Amino acid sequence: MDIYINGKKCKAVQGETILEIAGKNGVRIPTLCYHSDLCLAGNCRICVVDVDGARTLQTACTAMASNGMKIWTNTPRVIKARKMNIQLLLGSHFGECYTCPRNNNCELLKLAEEYGIEELPFPKKGKRTGALEITPSITRDPDKCIMCGRCVRTCEELQGVHAVKPVGRSNDIHIGTFFNQGLMHTSCTMCGQCINRCPTGALYETSCVQPVWDALADPDKYVVVQTAPAVRAALGEEFGMEPGSRVTGKMVAGLRRLGFNKVFDTQFTADLTIIEEGTEFLTRLKRTLVNKEKGLLPMTTSCSPGWIKYIEHFYPELLTHVSTCKSPQQMFGPLAKTYFAEKEGINPAKMITVSIMPCVAKKYEADRPEMNASGYKDVDYVLTTRELAKMMKMAGLDLKDMPVEEYDNPFGISTGAAVIFGATGGVMEAALRTVYEIVTGREIPFKNLDITPVRGMEDVKEAGITIEGVKEEYKFLEGAKVKVAVAHSLSAAKKVMDKVRSGEADYHFIEIMACPGGCLGGGGQPIPTSPEIRKARARAIYEEDEAMTIRKSHENPAIKKLYEDFLEKPNSHKAHELLHTHYLKRKRFDKVK
Amino acid sequence: MPAAGFVLEKRKQGEALKKAFEINRAEITDMIKDSGLKGRGGAGFPTGLKMYLCGAAADTIKYVICNADEGEPGTFKDRVILETVPEKVFEGMAITAYVIGAKEGIIYLRGEYEYLKAGLENTLDGMRKNNLLGEKILGGNFDFDIKIVLGAGAYVCGEETALIESLEGKRGEAKNKPPFPVSSGLFCHPTLVSNVETFCNIPHIVTEGAQWFKNIGSEKSAGTKLVSVSGDVKKPGVYEIPFGMKVKDLLKLVEAGNTKAVDIGGASGIVIPESQFDREISFEDIPTGGSVIVFDKTRKMIDVMENFMEFFLDESCGQCTPCREGTKYFVDAVEKIKNGRITDQELKNLRDISNCMKLTSKCGLGQSSTNAFISILDNFKEELLS
Repeated sequence: MDIYINGKKCKAVQGETILEIAGKNGVRIPTLCYHSDLCLAGNCRICVVDVDGARTLQTACTAMASNGMKIWTNTPRVIKARKMNIQLLLGSHFGECYTCPRNNNCELLKLAEEYGIEELPFPKKGKRTGALEITPSITRDPDKCIMCGRCVRTCEELQGVHAVKPVGRSNDIHIGTFFNQGLMHTSCTMCGQCINRCPTGALYETSCVQPVWDALADPDKYVVVQTAPAVRAALGEEFGMEPGSRVTGKMVAGLRRLGFNKVFDTQFTADLTIIEEGTEFLTRLKRTLVNKEKGLLPMTTSCSPGWIKYIEHFYPELLTHVSTCKSPQQMFGPLAKTYFAEKEGINPAKMITVSIMPCVAKKYEADRPEMNASGYKDVDYVLTTRELAKMMKMAGLDLKDMPVEEYDNPFGISTGAAVIFGATGGVMEAALRTVYEIVTGREIPFKNLDITPVRGMEDVKEAGITIEGVKEEYKFLEGAKVKVAVAHSLSAAKKVMDKVRSGEADYHFIEIMACPGGCLGGGGQPIPTSPEIRKARARAIYEEDEAMTIRKSHENPAIKKLYEDFLEKPNSHKAHELLHTHYLKRKRFDKVK
Repeated sequence: MPAAGFVLEKRKQGEALKKAFEINRAEITDMIKDSGLKGRGGAGFPTGLKMYLCGAAADTIKYVICNADEGEPGTFKDRVILETVPEKVFEGMAITAYVIGAKEGIIYLRGEYEYLKAGLENTLDGMRKNNLLGEKILGGNFDFDIKIVLGAGAYVCGEETALIESLEGKRGEAKNKPPFPVSSGLFCHPTLVSNVETFCNIPHIVTEGAQWFKNIGSEKSAGTKLVSVSGDVKKPGVYEIPFGMKVKDLLKLVEAGNTKAVDIGGASGIVIPESQFDREISFEDIPTGGSVIVFDKTRKMIDVMENFMEFFLDESCGQCTPCREGTKYFVDAVEKIKNGRITDQELKNLRDISNCMKLTSKCGLGQSSTNAFISILDNFKEELLS
């Protein structure tokens, strides 16, 4: 059908919204509560347009096109109404822009600029209270909340967690938690997806920038840093580079210039995770198939701390299914403070381990009381991709101008299997590359080792591999069809776990990442996020994999050496002490006080 | 009560339903369309068209909902209907359900009307016993039953999409339209929501015919309207008037004296001065869901303004920007007017906010919440700003 936007004929399909059609035809309509990852709310009333025959203005994000519809996107009353709604929002938005973590990246400020807001035609409704809610991962600043509801929709639809909801009505409405007890008393998984979608500075990561500066400035401290795979595929965006720019070497150079004593790679412990988790998986398979034990399969991954907290709250009875392996971040910490410290003769009490993560749940994970296998806090500070960019900017470093440098040894050596941890399906692919080869002695039969069925952005992916020609010690697996599933976002996790709970699922191994797209879409990544941006980051990650000389974790020479020198063998007693963990059964929310 | 009155009169139960079974569904829809019956909740959407749209929607599950969340300040006519002739409302719902193909009906009863529930349940039981509800109604192939659900006290839940959200167990907030409830309503099934009084009219139209109904009222507003008259009158109460009655005639009827202003339509309606008492109560002139509040010359209009604006500050659901953020400025303005401190510039800004609220609010609440303020400002400027 045809519709007319500002007099120009445009093609439209039944079910398309005015906003979508305008976008395709190069007509910009400003939006605020709209987000491409979320269902439509139509709350902010910024995207209003004039439609011939309609008494009131229509919201372009929700209004569907109908044949012959005549739409005007910039009539005087449209401009006036948009401007008024922006002013009304500013009237109850409290905080100075220059102190805001979203300075320069605020959708409300951008709209205020676009619509030439100079002053408000009425007094502001109140003053800044400064009442923050601070958790280890997420900080909420209700003074800046404009009630767009994106966080609520993120938490409900994308994550199925329902930790935050609108409470009260009219002027008293606010985003609240169960009986307003605070996020720490709810089933909030600390995934931080709400942060990525907040248009203002009402949600941001709880910052560790200052303590890291302090550590770097302390001559008594030996500061090592690890960088997660997904950071290198996104950090460039903070410096104006296109999504999907690969900046690994430049990031390493930047970190070195910030003064870190060693720049290491979380990918090293990602490879280690594959060895530990792969071995655990084979043990679970054997115990299930040979000893007929129950409750061990399917095994799920444990790298994503948002996922861990989610299952602790929502499926506590299924915790035996979760691999006991710590996440790569938490494997790195104790190894740095034991193996590496011993090797280099550094007093671990004076060592500070910092990690650069695409994630805010990693902050909570690092703070978990059991994460002190080294005798110290294993990971001292976690910085998000955004926080690293801030530190570099403070130090006058522009990522674009950085030379390309290499990671330090030994924890800087990694494989292609480790880099793909950053994308949904990556852990599964890496594990299959290794496990198949351990069991059969042959490479997994996929062209170029690319296990494409587990790649891509479908929320739940499934695959099956028949294992034939096994080595003697894996006779029990001959002819077995190993079934795997991959889920990203917690609403997708729910789909899979409901099937596990009901017994309907016949998977052996499940990879679950709390965030859409996996870590590359994590809550600590550059803002904004969208399906397109996440696809671009995934492309960068798979390009990194292609570019690596070694693409299988078990071939990482530094890992082999680590076992020879220190850990003895996979799942050894020492490995269990340092690299494995346990979980906590949690309730959906705390008892109301 | 004038002779035109029929809405509150008892009639033989089941007669209309029986007749409806004898004619085909499309004919009943046409009959309602031809009668010109419009929604009595205040918005005035043509009921026949609503029936047609909901009937045409392809789904095996459909719902008929009676909106008895009578919350507009100054309205109490639905309560009187439910106290005197609930069986007619239920019969109207059954006919509607038969026409559109619904099996389930729900009365969304205002929380404050909980005391009516037992009586209504009795009536429903009686109708079930008489085979006017339940399975195989009147021995035919039509099953339909009605349950009562209590509201929880939010004014906005009188708005049909917010009402549906509330029924689904969610926060009472208006939804984006389209889709309209007739295509996707309760639990995403086609749903026909109408006011108590609207359903009460249907059995009469089915038995007496469209022409009979059209003969009552004004050109574009067929039938009668129940109005709840309160305030400075000798005879407050519920009156059934033919559409098109002049305000001054209504005032005579209720024995109002020394009248200064009349609010028509409640908090979301308009307030008119004596010079406009020639105007009519009808969809073409001043529509109302039923509220008529009379103020005599001892009343201060600023108090009326304050009362209404505070009402909206309380009742805005808070989801959309203009309604949530705008209302407070009008409450503040009342205070300024009281203190004689409001400036022309501020009044102009308030009109701008009001226009924005009218044009961009998500639902009728925000679109109409400044009506009283603006009409009082326009009609009683001298009193207010002297």
